[in-house]
Amino acid sequence: MLDDFFARALIAGAGVALMAGPLGCFIIWRRMAYFGDTMAHSALLGVALALLLEVDLIVGVFSVAATISIALMFLQRQGMLSTDSLLGILAHSTLALGLVIVSLMAWVRVDLLGYLFGDILAVSRTDLIAIYVGGAVVLAALAVIWRSLLTATVNGEIAQAEGLHPERSRLIFMLLMATIIAISMKIVGILLITSLLIIPAATARRFAASPEQMAVLASVLGVVAVLLGLVGSLKLDTPSGPSIVVAALVLFLLSLLRLPGRQRSGVAS
Amino acid sequence: MAPPDSAPALIRAHGIGVRRGDRWLVRQVDVAVRRGEIVTLIGPNGSGKSTTAKALVGIVQPDEGRVERAASLRLGYVPQRIQIDPTLPMTVRRLMRLTGPYPEHEIDIVLEQVGIAHLKTAPVHGLSGGEFQRALLARALIRKPDLMVLDEPVQGVDFAGEIALYELIGDIRDRLDCGVLLISHDLHIVMAATDTVVCLNGHVCCHGPPSSVAESPEYRALFGSDAAHALAVYRHHHDHAHLPDGRVVSLAPGQAEDRGAG
Repeated sequence: MLDDFFARALIAGAGVALMAGPLGCFIIWRRMAYFGDTMAHSALLGVALALLLEVDLIVGVFSVAATISIALMFLQRQGMLSTDSLLGILAHSTLALGLVIVSLMAWVRVDLLGYLFGDILAVSRTDLIAIYVGGAVVLAALAVIWRSLLTATVNGEIAQAEGLHPERSRLIFMLLMATIIAISMKIVGILLITSLLIIPAATARRFAASPEQMAVLASVLGVVAVLLGLVGSLKLDTPSGPSIVVAALVLFLLSLLRLPGRQRSGVAS
Repeated sequence: MAPPDSAPALIRAHGIGVRRGDRWLVRQVDVAVRRGEIVTLIGPNGSGKSTTAKALVGIVQPDEGRVERAASLRLGYVPQRIQIDPTLPMTVRRLMRLTGPYPEHEIDIVLEQVGIAHLKTAPVHGLSGGEFQRALLARALIRKPDLMVLDEPVQGVDFAGEIALYELIGDIRDRLDCGVLLISHDLHIVMAATDTVVCLNGHVCCHGPPSSVAESPEYRALFGSDAAHALAVYRHHHDHAHLPDGRVVSLAPGQAEDRGAG
């Protein structure tokens, strides 16, 4: 069954969605959507450098995304420019730099659209292994830093004062983001990775009463979006990444409808 | 009562200073908190109260001086005015477990102590200012800290709630026998709810028991002549107590005096 490209794409997409759920929740809670976008855009520079230096794509993308996130943390501390200006500069300049380098390398044929929007045909067995091994590592690491990162999300001072090392957790979180971007690039594409992180988590918010519920629900909704998106992509011959994002959007819009018989948990007087 | 000066400090700052660029926010600050002692940092806005407290607990690294901590000091921190992002689902019960898997009955106990047991399953986003402060206090309390640090704990709390909250802090100190470091810019109540007052204005202006600080010329220069009445104002209002639900109960005169004297 793994020889079938569609089955591979489904399994790969589900794996990506499972780890995107909890990571996406933190992106929403910490208001880092644009940050995630910037890291994702830098992935194209990673692709270009990987091709140039003839290293594995996943290694190239991870290295560049991780470097960008650490550079950002450093620049934020300098406080010269506001964070959103820094992000704006880095997001688009790394994307542009990637496009320029790729176009200069006349000797390699690059399927640019495949990287930007995802290409289910390109998912190999090696990619599957990368997604599931990488995904297991990402989720395990997130479980380890969960308490610290959540406390820091509620309040950085509490986390620091009570000895939970929030800076360390934040750094690990950045590396996890870089990992998910590197291993999910082929499925959803560079330009759309953040939406797979954010939209299922945003959809889950309404139905969750605790951070943990929201994380699990985001994973489940992400898997459903991948399933619907890939089936749609196959039937309508549309690119896989955008189809998955459209499916996630449909789920999000459905979640905005009034739920019968459910109220926000009220305060007992 | 405050412990004797000879008791070992839970945390002690030796001449700490914090700089932002070329400007010193605070310099040469010595503060110590002992077990069972309530120390209050007071001072006008921008006097470096928060900065000093943050340097003490390790949120800010001091640029000069050093901070000494008792070995394996457990700290409970109640921050000033925080907002939890509305996208983060969080009930009061879950907030109690933020830094550790505390059992249900301990959650019930601390919520009972701060008077919000009825809000256990409520989302934190719907709490009033006073309720949220109490929830944050309970969250720090459940850790059974050796040292509680509270940055402006009564902000957004009305006058009656303010007295109740300071009484609660005194009760907690008695029950846990922990040290308490309070930061406050409001004088009227905090002065009398304290064992030691450290008056800051970029440096330590004066320190000591509230009665002697209130009479010191440095303190009066900083806060004006009204400030001298701070203790009197507190005592005047202190013949009754406010329960969390808003009811008022009378205190026997002796009881009020005891608490007022800390």
